[in-house]
Amino acid sequence: MTETLAPAPAGTGTLNETRWTTVCDYDDLQPERGVCALVGDRQVAIFRTYDGALHALSGHDPFSGANVLAWGIVGTRDGLPTVASPMYKQVFDLTTGRCLDDPAVSVPVFRIRRAGRRVEVAES
Amino acid sequence: MTSRLVVVGHGPAAHRLVEALRERDSAGRWRITVVGEEPRAAYDRVALTSYLTDDADLGYPPHDESVVVRTGERVTAIDRAAGVVRTDAGATLPYDALVLATGSVPFVPPVPGAEHAFVYRTIEDLDALRAAAAGADLTTSRPRAGVVVGGGLLGLEAARALQGLGLDTHVVEVAPWLMPRQLDEGGGAMLRRHIEALGMTVHTGVGLERVEPGGVRLAGDVVIDAGVVVFSAGIRPRDDLARAAGLPVGERGGIVVDDACRTEDPRVFAIGECALVGGMVYGLVGPCFTMAEVVADRLLGGEARFTGADLSTQLKLMGVDVASFGDPSADALDVIYTDPVAGIYKRLVVSDDAQTLLGGVLVGDASSYPALRAYVGAKLPGTPEQALFGGTEAAGGALPEATVICSCNNVTAGTIRAAIAEDGLTDVPAVKACTRAGTGCGSCVPLVKKILDAELTAAGVEVSKALCEHFDHSRAELFDIVRVRGIATFSQLIAEHGRGRGCDICKPVVASILASLGNGHILDGEQAGLQDTNDRFLANMQKNGTYSVVPRIPGGEITPERLIVIGEVAREFGLYTKITGGQRIDMFGARVEQLPEIWKRLIDAGFESGHAYGKALRTVKSCVGSTWCRYGVQDSVGLAIRLELRYRGLRAPHKIKSAVSGCARECAEAQSKDFGVIATERGWNLYLAGNGGMRPRHADLFAQDLDEDTLIRYIDRFLMFYVRTADRLQRTASWLENLDGGLDYLREVIVEDRLGICAELDAAMERHVAGYSDEWRAILEDPEKLRRFVSFVNAPGMPDPSIVFEPEREQIKPVMVEVTR
Ligand code: SRM
Ligand SMILES: Cc1cc2nc3c(=O)[nH]c(=O)nc-3n(C[C@H](O)[C@H](O)[C@H](O)COP(=O)(O)OP(=O)(O)OC[C@H]3O[C@@H](n4cnc5c(N)ncnc54)[C@H](O)[C@@H]3O)c2cc1C
Ligand code: SF4
Ligand code: FES
Repeated sequence: MTETLAPAPAGTGTLNETRWTTVCDYDDLQPERGVCALVGDRQVAIFRTYDGALHALSGHDPFSGANVLAWGIVGTRDGLPTVASPMYKQVFDLTTGRCLDDPAVSVPVFRIRRAGRRVEVAES
Repeated sequence: MTSRLVVVGHGPAAHRLVEALRERDSAGRWRITVVGEEPRAAYDRVALTSYLTDDADLGYPPHDESVVVRTGERVTAIDRAAGVVRTDAGATLPYDALVLATGSVPFVPPVPGAEHAFVYRTIEDLDALRAAAAGADLTTSRPRAGVVVGGGLLGLEAARALQGLGLDTHVVEVAPWLMPRQLDEGGGAMLRRHIEALGMTVHTGVGLERVEPGGVRLAGDVVIDAGVVVFSAGIRPRDDLARAAGLPVGERGGIVVDDACRTEDPRVFAIGECALVGGMVYGLVGPCFTMAEVVADRLLGGEARFTGADLSTQLKLMGVDVASFGDPSADALDVIYTDPVAGIYKRLVVSDDAQTLLGGVLVGDASSYPALRAYVGAKLPGTPEQALFGGTEAAGGALPEATVICSCNNVTAGTIRAAIAEDGLTDVPAVKACTRAGTGCGSCVPLVKKILDAELTAAGVEVSKALCEHFDHSRAELFDIVRVRGIATFSQLIAEHGRGRGCDICKPVVASILASLGNGHILDGEQAGLQDTNDRFLANMQKNGTYSVVPRIPGGEITPERLIVIGEVAREFGLYTKITGGQRIDMFGARVEQLPEIWKRLIDAGFESGHAYGKALRTVKSCVGSTWCRYGVQDSVGLAIRLELRYRGLRAPHKIKSAVSGCARECAEAQSKDFGVIATERGWNLYLAGNGGMRPRHADLFAQDLDEDTLIRYIDRFLMFYVRTADRLQRTASWLENLDGGLDYLREVIVEDRLGICAELDAAMERHVAGYSDEWRAILEDPEKLRRFVSFVNAPGMPDPSIVFEPEREQIKPVMVEVTR
């Protein structure tokens, strides 16, 4: 999910409250090389693709049970941006979290945005 | 009503004319008589050399009985007024139409002694040559040597044939470089190196003064002693009959004809190498066949025309790749690539907008010739640069229907596709039989195969060698592209030769190629994002997301001090330890952020990376050897250490394992390794391409009783050749099983340098050895790389809380969380 909006308008309070967590500087993210961040008590895998877009998925690999998705190889399949789990190599769509090798499986995606130099992930 | 056709000469052109006419003249309009001077009916002159080398039978299939073929008879005159030809057998043959297909004769330079020289045109010429070569040493009492005068396509072919007859061969070319009609100076110089590498001596820029019974004298008083001298200095069209009959001939020879191949006399045609059509005499069989087809059509009332022909040619010389296509001398844009080390020279001539291919030459690597030739005059599918490096290769399926694939037989892509579809053809021989494509010089066969593959694939038969959806190339092809073009990043490679942004298949392949070619540290810049699971953190990922640490222990030899360090490190970081099957020690259960600290301790104690994580050399196991063992005959530990240190860090298509045993009892299991060495009384036996694993294979004995230097040289070449040519994740065992020619071929490449690449392989290995440095030390010295060894980007020191262990047999083991999907 990519959003490049300004920070959510503060104090408007009518919409559902979204808590944004700053995870790192945009420049800390190397293109196509993921990192893992703690957001609340969840492990979130964060990717910056080649075109500069940001994506955030749960770091938990549903096939192995280990928190390793951030260490997978980033690429494309049929034009979709993807990451391959480093454990058993199933491929996930970065925008939807859908597993492209097993349609029954998907991982949660998180909203992510750039706020100036910083990268923020939505907590819920 | 039947008419009489007389054909003078029975070479390839005449043969094709008669075939075509007999096929189409269902009404039997023409009664055909052919008069041929040679003692036998027409044969495949293009393949003449194979008569010498393989005693090949060159004969074409005979015509049907209705055709009268008078062999061994020469036409001596044409009487156009009477409408007859006369022969040296005293016959007078009346005609309603006459076709001159008298071909050409080799040009014999007017130098003194020319009568002692041979030419290279007919089977009789070759018989005479063979006899002379056999007697070459007797007549001269000098070394058995041969000289070919003329360094063009045919001259080089003849020179190689002389070599095959056991002669020490020289080539003399008056132009400043070889194949001056096809090549420019750069290409000629490169070709010269290849020819010299075959063991021939080349003299260029020097004229012939005279031929003597025992040799030749060149300008500048250079004398070459030789029992056999062959002229191959061009051809002269045989137009004497036409000339005597008052028909116009060209200033430099050739019977003048129009685009119907008709002379000034409407009843007389000329085809093949004797004809001057559109101001050209064609010395290639393809245009000769086309002329034959045109005349066959005309004789049956058709309107066919000869509109010029493709002049692409390829040198038919084992081991030397030279090709020229289109018009390489066209005055337009040049794209030139030279690799002096590999002996490659490539030049493309493209239109000023760089879109249309006009021509080009390839020396040293003509693999893209069939595809490029097919694109002459057409719009290139990519940039000229991509075309140079095989970018059109994949285009077999996409070639326009009208593209001529086989210029010898004028067969288009459309014809081939139609034949495949209509007749359900599934292999190349069937396509050849059905369409004639590939039955001439053979150079179009790879492209025919490509079209066939493309058609079969389209029909649902799987034949692709594409790495993945991002690259149409195999790993070996990508390796060459990266090496030859000096590409240093994945982004450049995929932008120019692929599509999309890669995946977990192609990225590690490219990472490995870049590493094999020595492009710095595997985690430098963009390369970091290409690395497969274990390479990413230079450690093996375990089932719970932790990592293992394996320091190198060359040959399995370790001091008590270092053993103690390993024990201390494992105790301090709480790691599980185990002796591996590779004679070293593995420490399991380390978290990402612990890896640098652990490695700092190990490196301070003198350890280095063991590359247990890489597709690289793993271990060189050894037995205890002659130092201690009562049966040992050589120091297996010493050699194992030397080998392990030499090849450590070498990135390859798959992991590489080795072992050295000190005697034939083979305690180190060397015969189950990619390269294994077993000591003998006289040296070392080398075994190649074994492995354990899923499909065990015993290694093959490659060479015996080698001294250590030779042993290492062979292993160097073996490894580098494997690194360059194997497929992704192909170990040496299956690589060798798939290598055309197998072990014998491998021996020819490594021991005899059949491909002429050994110097390059040796140099590549020297570069690897000289460029080695410890990958883990480099990490510790680079803060930017170190920064990445954290579990959480926003909590660098924090361990992953989901990693939990429990005790088992006094050590740790992972506690796995329930897998929830
Ligand atoms: C540690 C070790 C087992 C042990 O405890 O003894 C081991 C462990 C692994 N082996 Fe092995 N192999 C180990 C010796 C072997 C051997 C025996 C040998 O080397 O003498 C073999 C059979 C010999 C051979 O390879 O020819 C062996 C055949 C394999 C294979 C099958 C290879 C094949 O060609 O079929 C794999 C799978 C692969 O590489 O694709 C494999 C893959 C693996 C991996 C790397 C699997 C993985 O990707 O996680 C294991 C993890 C290593 C780690 O975490 O450190 N391991 N493995 C041995 C490490 C040796 C070393 O010091 O480097
Ligand atoms: C060693 C070698 C390699 C070659 N390699 C290639 C190649 O790779 N690719 C390629 O395209 N081309 C190649 N060529 C050229 C190719 O062989 C010729 O283009 C082709 O043979 C021309 O055919 P033709 O029928 O016009 O002439 P020819 O083959 O010369 O046939 C003419 C025939 O007419 C006979 N004849 C002449 N005058 C008379 C007369 N008055 N009465 C009766 N008979 C007569 C001759 O004896 C001869 O048999 C090669 C040639 C040689 C020698
Ligand atoms: S291979 Fe031979 S030398 Fe080596 S340990 Fe075994 S018996 Fe001894
Ligand atoms: S081009 Fe010579 S056989 Fe096809």
